[in-house]
Amino acid sequence: MEIIDILLAASFWEAAIRIATPLIFGVLGALVCERAGVLNLGIEGIFTAGAMAGWMAVWLGAGLWGGVLVAALAGAFFGLIHAILTVPLGLSQHVSGIGVTLLATSLSYFTYRTALPDVSSPPRIEPFRPLDIPFLSDLPFIGQALFSQTAMTMLALVLVFVTGWVLYRTPLGLAIRAVGDNPSSVEAQGLSVYGLRIGAVVVGSSLMALGGAFLTMSAFDAFFFGMINGRGWVCIALTVFASWRPGKALIGALLFGAFDAFQVRLQTEVGAFLPSQVFLMMPYILSIIALIVVARKADYPKALLVPWFKGQR
Amino acid sequence: MIRFEPRPNPGPVLTYGVPVIAAAIAILLAAIPLALADAPIIKAYGLMISGAFGSVFSISEMLTRATPLILTGLAAAIAFRAKLWNIGAEGQLYMGAMAAVAVGAGVIDGPSWIMIPVVMIAGAIAGALMLIGPTLMKTRLGVDEVVTTLLLNFIVLLFVQMMLEGALKDPMSMGWPQSEPIIDSAVFPPLIERMRVHFGLVIALVSAIALAVFVKRTVWGFEIRAVGENAAAAKFAGISVTKTMILVAALSGGLAGLAGVAEVAGTRGYLATDLSPGYGYAGIVVAMLARLSPVGVIASALFVASVFVGADSMSRAIGVSSYLADLIVAMALLCVLIGGFLTRFTVHFDRNTAG
Repeated sequence: MEIIDILLAASFWEAAIRIATPLIFGVLGALVCERAGVLNLGIEGIFTAGAMAGWMAVWLGAGLWGGVLVAALAGAFFGLIHAILTVPLGLSQHVSGIGVTLLATSLSYFTYRTALPDVSSPPRIEPFRPLDIPFLSDLPFIGQALFSQTAMTMLALVLVFVTGWVLYRTPLGLAIRAVGDNPSSVEAQGLSVYGLRIGAVVVGSSLMALGGAFLTMSAFDAFFFGMINGRGWVCIALTVFASWRPGKALIGALLFGAFDAFQVRLQTEVGAFLPSQVFLMMPYILSIIALIVVARKADYPKALLVPWFKGQR
Repeated sequence: MIRFEPRPNPGPVLTYGVPVIAAAIAILLAAIPLALADAPIIKAYGLMISGAFGSVFSISEMLTRATPLILTGLAAAIAFRAKLWNIGAEGQLYMGAMAAVAVGAGVIDGPSWIMIPVVMIAGAIAGALMLIGPTLMKTRLGVDEVVTTLLLNFIVLLFVQMMLEGALKDPMSMGWPQSEPIIDSAVFPPLIERMRVHFGLVIALVSAIALAVFVKRTVWGFEIRAVGENAAAAKFAGISVTKTMILVAALSGGLAGLAGVAEVAGTRGYLATDLSPGYGYAGIVVAMLARLSPVGVIASALFVASVFVGADSMSRAIGVSSYLADLIVAMALLCVLIGGFLTRFTVHFDRNTAG
């Protein structure tokens, strides 16, 4: 019965949506890149860079939305590096992605340490406040669970619909999906394969960076070393789980957030019997299980990981 | 319009020169963050060089760092040769270290010529199993090994933490989460009196040469190369791709596990959650700088180790963050990727082409 109580509490769903928010940004970003045929393992580093850059911009005096913009630009910058290496140069997407993660992470840490050489406790900023929408935020249950989140969560939810609309309802989206399935057909239509792929990776990477920015500017109010803690890799797994669809990405991220919020609550109930690490492992184990569940029927974009060169064939 | 033309025969100068140039460019690029950090640039470079090579002590420190990097570099090199994307060397390293502690911290006792092989074998098996799992999931279930090996790094680190607070905890550690020390007869002896560089370096060097011979001169090595170059063609030629992948996983995971053994039995003497400052990830850079050549891994591990030791020592002297080392290593990886491209293609700038 306690389990039912947990699941029916508005505070539980509030936590689930909060945990899901950075993942929504991350999965959207990853699926935009992958739909165009480019795996972006830079995601973990891009999360870190977004978290650091957005936070630091606000700490240096920018507004919160200014910080969000700076984070997106940082993501776009690292996305551009990955795009140049993997699209026109056609280099290994795996290795380039790992390289971008190492570069973005170390550059973020170096910048943070250089700007703040000797602080013991990280300085705080005034983060995004929970929304107080007239009427909506006062609704029972959903008012607390959904409409008292911060503006960044709302942005994430809006972006799910925007991404879905662009991918499935616009010529641009058709071209992006085609370039990840059959790039030669896109070229035959007179469109630029390189342009579409580079654009998708840059835009996708800035979405990923927003996931990082959410952590330092909404969920918490400071930047810590190691705070991304594999969230980027979880997003790569969730992208497969979501079959590269924005709607399913939202569901996947929410399910994941709900599981995570649930295990935290379970921990307070049965924590005495099991070591805390068992619970902390759950998100990663869940991601692997999610991959196994969909592995057989996963419908990868056909040209994912396949470099395409202008003028071949 | 920029055009790329395949270069028919890259030749030895390009093949061996490019990684060196890439490493040099990465070092030079470090001047930018150094300048942004308001550091005296020339002095910083001087301190890095003397920090890595200035004395017997600094060379010993550099070689101590290079030891796990050679092993994780080999782990990445053999796996990437077969296009098995093992990004989990960090986790395999910790599993190897944990297995070494499990058998080497007093459960069994014996002379060194028994105990040292025992901890090595235990660590290698643990590391190998950590990669065989995801590899089977890839070959049997079609689960992408990149994500599973990456996620396992986090799971393993939490598992190590759990064991250090439980079964493997040292009751004498005053609450610090660390294991009991390895018994004396299992400790890798130092190579130089009163220096940290230890027998693990010999193991790493022998592994590199053995792996080079294995890949070049044996049928299995040939099969690994064939699967890496073209899995479909290898299968058509009658090579079992699954078996080859599992062999590669055992080798790669085993080498990463040995890196953990070397750290526990050679450098630290016990297991803690800060055993590796990312040796598993750095091994990928080492392997790429070596262009996946096992002997080349020795050279590139020495380079990466000297960057780390040099930057550490420079950081202590003038207060520039030691994350500079990670930055240089990451830039070296991206530079060598671009360099690899330039050895395979020539770049042409055409004035007027219509597509």
